[in-house]
Amino acid sequence: MTSPESTKSREERKNMLSSFFLRGRRRGDTIFKWVVIAAAGYTLLLLGLVVFSVGEGSLAAFGKEGFFQFFAQTDWNPVEGRESYGALPYIVGTLVSAGIAMAIGVPISLGIAVFISEIAPPRIGTPVGYIVEVLAAIPSIIYGLWALFVFRFWILDFIERPLHEAFGGSIPLFAQTPFGLDVFTAGIVLAIMIIPIISSIAREILKAVPNSQREAAYSLGATRWETVWKFVFPYAKAGLLGAAILGLGRAVGETILVTMVIGNAVGAAAIPEGLFDQSQTLSSVIANEFNEAVTNFHISSLIALAVVLFILTMAINIGAQFLVSRMVRVVPGARE
Amino acid sequence: MSNTSERKQIIQDSILRTNARRRIIDKAITVATIACVAAALIPLGSILFEVFKNGASAISFEFLTEPQGSIVRGDGGIGPAIQGTLIVVGLASLMGVPVGVLGGIYLSEYAGTGKFPYFVRFFNNVMTGLPSIVLGIVGYIILVLTIGSFNVMAGAIALSIIMIPIVLGVTEQTVKLVPNSVREAGHSLGIPKWKVTMFITLWSAKNGVLTGIVLGISRIAGETAPLITTILGTSLFFQGFFGPVDALPLRIWRLSQQPYDASHEFAWGSALILILMILSLSVALRYLVLERKFRLRLPPLSLNYSFPIVSGMLKKMRGTKE
Repeated sequence: MTSPESTKSREERKNMLSSFFLRGRRRGDTIFKWVVIAAAGYTLLLLGLVVFSVGEGSLAAFGKEGFFQFFAQTDWNPVEGRESYGALPYIVGTLVSAGIAMAIGVPISLGIAVFISEIAPPRIGTPVGYIVEVLAAIPSIIYGLWALFVFRFWILDFIERPLHEAFGGSIPLFAQTPFGLDVFTAGIVLAIMIIPIISSIAREILKAVPNSQREAAYSLGATRWETVWKFVFPYAKAGLLGAAILGLGRAVGETILVTMVIGNAVGAAAIPEGLFDQSQTLSSVIANEFNEAVTNFHISSLIALAVVLFILTMAINIGAQFLVSRMVRVVPGARE
Repeated sequence: MSNTSERKQIIQDSILRTNARRRIIDKAITVATIACVAAALIPLGSILFEVFKNGASAISFEFLTEPQGSIVRGDGGIGPAIQGTLIVVGLASLMGVPVGVLGGIYLSEYAGTGKFPYFVRFFNNVMTGLPSIVLGIVGYIILVLTIGSFNVMAGAIALSIIMIPIVLGVTEQTVKLVPNSVREAGHSLGIPKWKVTMFITLWSAKNGVLTGIVLGISRIAGETAPLITTILGTSLFFQGFFGPVDALPLRIWRLSQQPYDASHEFAWGSALILILMILSLSVALRYLVLERKFRLRLPPLSLNYSFPIVSGMLKKMRGTKE
């Protein structure tokens, strides 16, 4: 069957392969080792670059306004000659919109995770999980487009107007006349954006809870909900908390979606007085004003806002890492 | 005797009553979780429906290839935006993928337990959470200010910084999953370590690594914020690496801010193109490497890969050592 020619070529190929794989042992190994170390080091260098460049770019603003003054001031005036910049309203706007997103998004995400991992049979649960993950693949600009042209009218007609008419006079939270582009809409759309992230992590966490935990609960006569609430959740609480914090980090840093629906108030007006008030976040100010900024002071102030955002998200992420690694270490001990 | 049976009755009643209450709560929670799923699926359905409905009418050959004409009448198309997205994302991948893959190989195959690998891992986890607008500003400072004009390279650098931690994390985790016997087989033949790593270990983990790369690419293809401060957006085609260029997400944003119906239609059309690009990437990945047959049952690109912290957490919960 095998002709002499093909045998020969096989021999040749064998020789070629073995000479390729066995040649140049020492030097290749050393070079490759340093290449991969360099790649790993490059990522650290990038983070250093991020810190250095935003720090350097914001020096002018912090120098003119004063570091703590910049955080505490509420006015924002880019008119040349009367320039004055303060970050406080945007910090408030960021925290309020992210807070609304968490208040709505976390319970729904946990509900989805519980449905997929505890309630639905795998035949239904797995496709549902897959479809929810498709939501995460949609770019935030498309959420923004949809929110701007479609979803804001739903919110206006079905939630904001009824709430305003019912409670507008009595509860100051609903006092503003709703317009559809406000901190409440931004919070809800952010919630829709972070739900797939939180729920898919939470689902994995719940699946990692050992079955003995559930069997113990059922053997005591617990219902399914009691099993989940009293036996599964406590076991997984560190992981679930971590999932929520990762979602929070996303909500705080999201830019374009918020820019499109939050109403873009400037200065002290950006501190929302109620749910239906226009506002602005740290990132949306940058997106709105960066290309229109004329003076260096203005650009530097926008970069200073990026520094504030950077510090905020770093704190959230590092906090999440330490919290999770500390709490998770305790849990396996509790299993015995 | 009547006393005992009375007491029995009371106890039975109370147990039955609490049981009924507990069962009702249980059912109510089940219904509530189904409502949660619906709450997530309705927006998804609405987004896809609106994008396809409003976008389909905008698409034509002219729309895909021409630069933008009069915005009021709706002449021309989004050719420069499509071209720009391909260029910027391509350049960012050229910069990001090798670093991410090699860095992941370092963490999985070469790193010991020292300080350096710990820092690399820790700060990569942190970098997955950095807001993209901050990275846009970094691109602005290091390349736009030094060159003096908004340019393609600044955008590509900013996007590559977003991509690297994702690719690196996924590579580390999937390469680690390759059984040691595979590496040992290579070593037993006397093959140098770097060739074992590149041609045997990495090759065995290629599906996972490709998944990470696709995750990274689809993430940066939809980013808008870092492009505002770096490539600016223009209605012209590519004019060189140190000039501004357009991109689809940026174009969608600018069009949506215009008060004309024609520009809104263009925005929906661009959104449809963007969604199709991203979805076709992940579908192509599944067809090419993951499975021969398209099966809905397996989640294709698990999101959790893009959060290295999560997989570490899961490992600890399952009690397995890293």
